[in-house]
Amino acid sequence: MFNYTVRRLFSLIPVLFGMTLVVFAIIHAIPGNPAQVILGQRATAAAIENLTRELGLDRPWYIQYVDYLGQLLQGDLGTSLRTRGPISEEVWPYLAATFELTLVAMLVAVVIGVNAGIISAWFSKSWFDYVAMVVALVGVSMPIFWLGLMLQWGFSIELGWLPTTGRNNVRDPIESITNLYLVDTLLQGRFDQFTTAIKHLALPSMALATIPMAIIARMTRATMLEVMKSDYVRTARAKGLRMFWVVYKHSLKNAIIPVLTVIGLQTGLLLGGAILTETIFGWPGIGRYVYDAISYRDYPVIQSGILIIAAIFVLINLIVDLLYVVVDPRIKYNK
Amino acid sequence: MAQLAKKTTNIKVVPVEEEKLVPPWKEAWLAFCKNRLALIGLGIVIFFIIIAFLAPIIAPYDYKAQKLVDRFQAPSSQHWFGTDDFGRDIFSRVLFGARISLWVGFFSVLGSVVFGTALGIIAGYYGRWVDAIISRIFDIMLAFPSILLAIAVVAILGPSLQNALIAIAVINIPNFGRLVRSKVLSVKQEEYIMAARAVGMRDSRILFRHILPNSISPVIVQATLAIATAIIEAAALGFLGMGAQPPTPEWGKMLADSKNYIMQAPWTLFFPGMAIMLTVLGFNLMGDGLRDVLDPKMKQ
Repeated sequence: MFNYTVRRLFSLIPVLFGMTLVVFAIIHAIPGNPAQVILGQRATAAAIENLTRELGLDRPWYIQYVDYLGQLLQGDLGTSLRTRGPISEEVWPYLAATFELTLVAMLVAVVIGVNAGIISAWFSKSWFDYVAMVVALVGVSMPIFWLGLMLQWGFSIELGWLPTTGRNNVRDPIESITNLYLVDTLLQGRFDQFTTAIKHLALPSMALATIPMAIIARMTRATMLEVMKSDYVRTARAKGLRMFWVVYKHSLKNAIIPVLTVIGLQTGLLLGGAILTETIFGWPGIGRYVYDAISYRDYPVIQSGILIIAAIFVLINLIVDLLYVVVDPRIKYNK
Repeated sequence: MAQLAKKTTNIKVVPVEEEKLVPPWKEAWLAFCKNRLALIGLGIVIFFIIIAFLAPIIAPYDYKAQKLVDRFQAPSSQHWFGTDDFGRDIFSRVLFGARISLWVGFFSVLGSVVFGTALGIIAGYYGRWVDAIISRIFDIMLAFPSILLAIAVVAILGPSLQNALIAIAVINIPNFGRLVRSKVLSVKQEEYIMAARAVGMRDSRILFRHILPNSISPVIVQATLAIATAIIEAAALGFLGMGAQPPTPEWGKMLADSKNYIMQAPWTLFFPGMAIMLTVLGFNLMGDGLRDVLDPKMKQ
């Protein structure tokens, strides 16, 4: 296991290296003068020259890249052109907001998706199975941004049950400790604010969770159906074990590996989907940070935002790979 | 002996009924037709293709025609899907939007298939350092969530529908590349490939006459499902303002333009979104059906 972990970590190096190249290329592959593109057509020659110097674009690209890598290794993500603040400092609250949103969304997706898949397989060809699978099929085909807007219209505007946008009550702001509002409110004993934070989380997390939930449900159903045909499951039933334990203890353990792969992949996709969800719900996360940067042509923020999300995506996939061994002891990577 | 000869002559030769040979494509089609959901998917796709072709004839209004006095009209017999903030007929815009979405979906996937298949074949067939380089490039591209990579590509090229199409094509290349590479790796071990090499057949002939046709069926399945994803990705880019620009009636862009009027005119959001969902659902159902028929091993 240790050897495999080390090997897997080393295999990440070329991928991370390539990612920095792609991100570096974002600004350098812009046709024409990037400074001109960033400042717009009406920019003066002096302003363009200043920005060119500021971004270091007047030097050969390979020197710029070496400098960029050096800065990254020191944790320096550059300076935002809009706020003039260091990106590595201002990104943290955004990251925490996205972390909170994606974690809750993934939790919703896994709990509902896995259970819906299990029940569908357990009561295969029942009305529940048909309804769940039709919902899952429609869920997979639904554009996340449209679903978000429809949820906003239904639950916020028409029914008035949940807030339309934002992360908390702006008139009674939460004092940030960890920037995770659910945690902060509990740490401060503000249970009223905790409820408010949950209400704000409900719609964006539901919108974000729908597609992974549908995919997880379909995957769980398919693998459970296969596992439930196994001899050992029949033996367990023959021994008189209750169906609940056969399904949740014996079958699920063996069906979870492909589901785990899907969960890992979907977590990465959630990070991508966060850009759309955060834009709709005014959620101040990393996706919204990148989206605003696109509007302002703040290329250093676009580069850093994309790099951070991609790095997290790679990290999640690594964790999922390592989790296989924990979940399924039959997998031995050292051999 | 004479008896034996007599017996032998008495044996009647019964003609064996000739086995009916069904061509593989017909067999696949018959199997596809047995899948009701796949047929529904095919029906939806054909419906949208017809709409896309006939949009100029069916559309009751010019999709660009603005009539400010008619802005935010609710759905009625005059305007089936209502009107938007410029008084434009949403039904006509949704019809023309089908052209754009199908065009982007089809051509972006075509681009991905062509480049992905070419790279996959080269990597799988030649192996060694060629494979190592191409596979690492795929790994790097797949390290990005797809919509982020598309944003990166559009950030370089500039926002437009054409650039969105290029971006979507680029981000899907590694999916096809990996698929073809793995297929080629197994096909090239087959005896008929070794035989082709032994008789001195050129690499290009082996690749295009033997390996490609035998590796293509999973690509067809993947391509159908990829069109669905590409349509959503194009709409997402349009929604973020990085795809189609006004007044192009692209469904994602229509949603972006309407989101500020969600309280007063929710129908401006409902119909374009519904169109995206139905088209994607059609391709997904059709893709699932094709997968069961052409590549049952991929079935999950």
